[in-house]
Amino acid sequence: MAQFTYTRRKFITATTGLIAAPAILRANRALAQDGVFKIGFVAPTTGPLAGFGEAQDWILAGLKDSLAGMTNNGKPVQIEIITKDSQSNPNRAAEVAQDLILNEGINLMLTHATPDTTNPVADQCELNEIPCISTNAPWQPYFFGRGGAPDVGFTYTYHFFWGLEDIIANFTAIWDASGVAKKVGGLFPNDADGNAWGDAKLGLPGPLAAAGYELTDPGRYQPMNNDFTSQIAAFKAAGCEIVTGVMIPPDFATFWAQAAQQGFAPKVVTIGKALLFPSSVEALGDRGDGLTTEVWWTPDYPYSSSLTGVSAKDFGAAYVADTGKPWTSTLGFSHAIFEVGLDVIKRAADLTDKAAIMDAITTTNLNTLVGPINWANGPVKNVTKTPLAGGQWQRVDGKLELKIVNNKQNPQLPVTGELKLLA
Amino acid sequence: MDLLNTVLQGVLVGGLYALFAAGLSLIFGVMRLVNIAHGDLIVLAAYIAMEVIKLTGLPPLAALVFVVPLMAALGYGLQRAVLNRTLGGDLLPPLLVSFGLSVILQNGLLAAFTADSRKLDAGVLETASVSVGGLSIGLLPALMFATAVAVIAALQFMFYKTALGRAFRATSDDAEIAELMGLDRRRVYAWAMALCLGVVAIAGVFLAIRSNFDPFMGPGRLIFGFEAVIIGGLGNLWGTLAGGVILGVAQGLGAAIDPGWQILAGHVAFLLILAVKPRGLFPRMDG
Repeated sequence: MAQFTYTRRKFITATTGLIAAPAILRANRALAQDGVFKIGFVAPTTGPLAGFGEAQDWILAGLKDSLAGMTNNGKPVQIEIITKDSQSNPNRAAEVAQDLILNEGINLMLTHATPDTTNPVADQCELNEIPCISTNAPWQPYFFGRGGAPDVGFTYTYHFFWGLEDIIANFTAIWDASGVAKKVGGLFPNDADGNAWGDAKLGLPGPLAAAGYELTDPGRYQPMNNDFTSQIAAFKAAGCEIVTGVMIPPDFATFWAQAAQQGFAPKVVTIGKALLFPSSVEALGDRGDGLTTEVWWTPDYPYSSSLTGVSAKDFGAAYVADTGKPWTSTLGFSHAIFEVGLDVIKRAADLTDKAAIMDAITTTNLNTLVGPINWANGPVKNVTKTPLAGGQWQRVDGKLELKIVNNKQNPQLPVTGELKLLA
Repeated sequence: MDLLNTVLQGVLVGGLYALFAAGLSLIFGVMRLVNIAHGDLIVLAAYIAMEVIKLTGLPPLAALVFVVPLMAALGYGLQRAVLNRTLGGDLLPPLLVSFGLSVILQNGLLAAFTADSRKLDAGVLETASVSVGGLSIGLLPALMFATAVAVIAALQFMFYKTALGRAFRATSDDAEIAELMGLDRRRVYAWAMALCLGVVAIAGVFLAIRSNFDPFMGPGRLIFGFEAVIIGGLGNLWGTLAGGVILGVAQGLGAAIDPGWQILAGHVAFLLILAVKPRGLFPRMDG
């Protein structure tokens, strides 16, 4: 209840804080004064992106022991994590990030969950010169979406995740293995993701053509679409046996229902974004079984936590047992972001010195729950990549599970299921 | 064949728009109230349906048995307690109050249900279809269209064949004379709003079966409703259905050229009709 608690009084307090910020900032050297290292954490726990923040309380509870025993160069250090809800709104994300920086005096910012959260938060950190680590957003919209130049990059903001090139590699690997006709229907909305994926130069069309796939792309549709008839007709006419795209769950639900109603039955449907969470796939009923998507992380990943030593398998099992909810692909990243953050605190030469913290971030070399993190080997400055696989939702004992069906790009990941065709 | 299919699916989507717009049209016809909160009331109905289903375990369409009377009662109360106080010579106060209502509803729903998006599960009905001469017609869109026609036919019948309808028309024509004849304007308005929210309940449940909903999606859905009402002519119920169909078909044809044209084509059709017939295709119901 009472999610909306931004009252007039709070607004006045916040605004007063902003106005008084220069004065406070001079006095506010939190760590020097009381010896507490403050981590700001911005993530969506309400709104359309709430699925990303669903595990937050469980993750934070699991960090208690690690936090209590934290040291910096062998000396105990007290850590406070201040969490803020972005409400799935980029403006709100920027606002709470600013609040954390100016009023709470945080020393390190951690954030995750789509460019709508990571970008405004990282921008605030870059502006206010606060070290920031982020994840759970493909690196191109994070890097180029913030106007990053590959040779210059950013000073204070670092990111770990995978990118569009990994999506393409895994999608085509799934299709190659499926053996169906190389005719692909593309559903790209007129939003940041859709325009990036559908972009003739940087998106799917180029690599798909190079791999021998014929892409039918009717054009950008408006998100929250009511009618996919024209797309379905175009796919039917072109004889598409594969459908791909990056869609929000309501749009995919509308498309997938209309495809059934209008007798369009592709053999492989590989969609980004809409099939991320078990709940949105479950909402599709029986028609959710057999849909393919990229796999960010599963409990089958052969990694373990650097904080607790718990393996991915045990980590996933513990989440299911404690919360009664199915694990999600974002779960590993929600934990790994704290692994990276706390590792930095452990190694930084001087926690009161921003430069020392930045130094610790750039020299990170850590094996986390989602894979090795090392910014020395990234595609651009400020970015490092985690391994991605191709997956399929399969119904096992009445429950939908995301199985890894293709590991061509990252053979170190185990294959846990065999690709089934839809029709 | 493709063209025929595009038009047919556009007509079916038009049914959805007409269902959204029917209540809006009714209210404007009776009391000249432009209800900005209409879309939010549809979303409210969807949430009420969700709660009813949680409590009773009924399938979504059966839940209408509870949702329609609940919403109708709410409409009666809302009109008596709030909106009646704003009606007078001036159009502005009721407009502003309904705007305020919209804000209150959105944030109330946000506080009560969080911003997570939901959906009602209607099982096979969602994907079932029948094939007619090479064309596939989805059962759910067809049912939605049929419901829209039935709702409008029922409202039309009520308007022209019943005592309540006579009271509505009389009040609409001249509220003061109607009061001289012994009608209580406030009660007539309250019944109109009750009827309107009954229709809103149906629209809300169909919307929630069709795709996901969240507290803030009302206004976005409302724009097509408004356009349907205006294309058809303010206050004309069958005109509203025609307006919805024109909008749906225009969007379908636009999308057939390029999906980027889909929404634009609907707006262009709307503007064209406004330019040619500023009062809509079938203005004003005649008694």
